[in-house]
Amino acid sequence: MDNKPPGDEVENIAMIRPTTAQDWSALLERVAEERDRSSFVQLFQHFAPRVKSYILRLGLVESTAEEIMQETMLSVWRKAHLYHRKKASASTWIFTLARNQSIDWMRKQKYPEYGLEEWHEEPDDSKDECADSVLTDRMIKAINTLPENQAQVIYMSFFEGRSHTDISDRLGVPLGSVKSRIRLASEKLKHMWRDDV
Amino acid sequence: MNVKHHLDEATLVSYAAGSMSQAMALVVACHIAMCPKCRERVKDSEAIGGMLLEGLQPAAIKGDALDSVLAALDNEPSVNAAIAPTEIHRDRAVDARSVPAPLQDYIGGSLDTVEWRTIVPGVYYHDLPCKSERGGVSRLLRIAPGKAMLPHSHDGNELTLILQGSFSDEVGRFTAGDIADLDGDIEHQPLVDSEVDCICLIATEAPLKFSTLLGKIVQPITGF
Ligand SMILES: [Zn+2]
Repeated sequence: MDNKPPGDEVENIAMIRPTTAQDWSALLERVAEERDRSSFVQLFQHFAPRVKSYILRLGLVESTAEEIMQETMLSVWRKAHLYHRKKASASTWIFTLARNQSIDWMRKQKYPEYGLEEWHEEPDDSKDECADSVLTDRMIKAINTLPENQAQVIYMSFFEGRSHTDISDRLGVPLGSVKSRIRLASEKLKHMWRDDV
Repeated sequence: MNVKHHLDEATLVSYAAGSMSQAMALVVACHIAMCPKCRERVKDSEAIGGMLLEGLQPAAIKGDALDSVLAALDNEPSVNAAIAPTEIHRDRAVDARSVPAPLQDYIGGSLDTVEWRTIVPGVYYHDLPCKSERGGVSRLLRIAPGKAMLPHSHDGNELTLILQGSFSDEVGRFTAGDIADLDGDIEHQPLVDSEVDCICLIATEAPLKFSTLLGKIVQPITGF
């Protein structure tokens, strides 16, 4: 992945569009509670191609990406009982599974997880629960409003797997600037999808 | 545990993105395991990943991918639908001598059984086998009361998580659960001010800087 120019596909972020409304969280819960295969199939059809797309962006070859994608989707089935819709949207949860599978493969070492089981804290009822599609919609609007240099560091972190130092080297900007761009982007995103209810 | 020093926002994003070295990620995961506040915060950072995943252009997958995965499901043990989550001890983190879960993969459940190597009397270390492309380092440091590290600064990021005891530096006082999330802008001289040995988990991004640091770091200074 080193021959890819830094953040070259940053313009893709502007092309992100909300997908059709679907309550993925409810499907995940059905997989957990009823081991319902038809729900799983729907999740697979939506997420498998996106998960593979993510893994390819991390720089892994086609056959590996296919293999890790299938492993990720299997772990969706295996770990569905650990999923809580109040803690994360379905896409966020599946993203973390894909991230962990990819890193475990690349490093042949388990990505340090803070523990799925530790998510079993009391749900915070003060938070309003809204459908994935609404939330995703809101977040996509939020990221589309980021200045390009902030979207770029977010993109390089999530899709190119680059550390702060690596981004700093690639862009030729000081480490401190990379971190403050990430901070600004993150704070902005969090505020936008919180306040804009 | 009353955590006062938390992770930098940029560090949380890097962890959530999976773009951090193994060494750094281990320290972050340990702090998150000990800190309810950062556990909340990291979920927001991971939501950025969920949103990006959702917005990705779908890739072509093998025609038989779904069939292969469904076939694999048949081989899964047929457990009852809702598997009860493993009971966890809610007060685990309260025990000052407990080891946060992510670190247990490396050293087991107790700080008492760690094999220490001596740098100078009163200062010990134990290296953790964290792989990383850039060769980032993670190690446990155990420093006796009243000892200090030489003042140092760093060019890259450095994370220090207190597991036991406490130290103070120019930034403030750090006790169990606190994390010092620093980069090159800060020069500091941590001094152990607890009655017990201070044990911390440290990671840096670049090995060279760290070994240089360790080379000169730990000069015992007696008394306060
Ligand atoms: Zn914290």
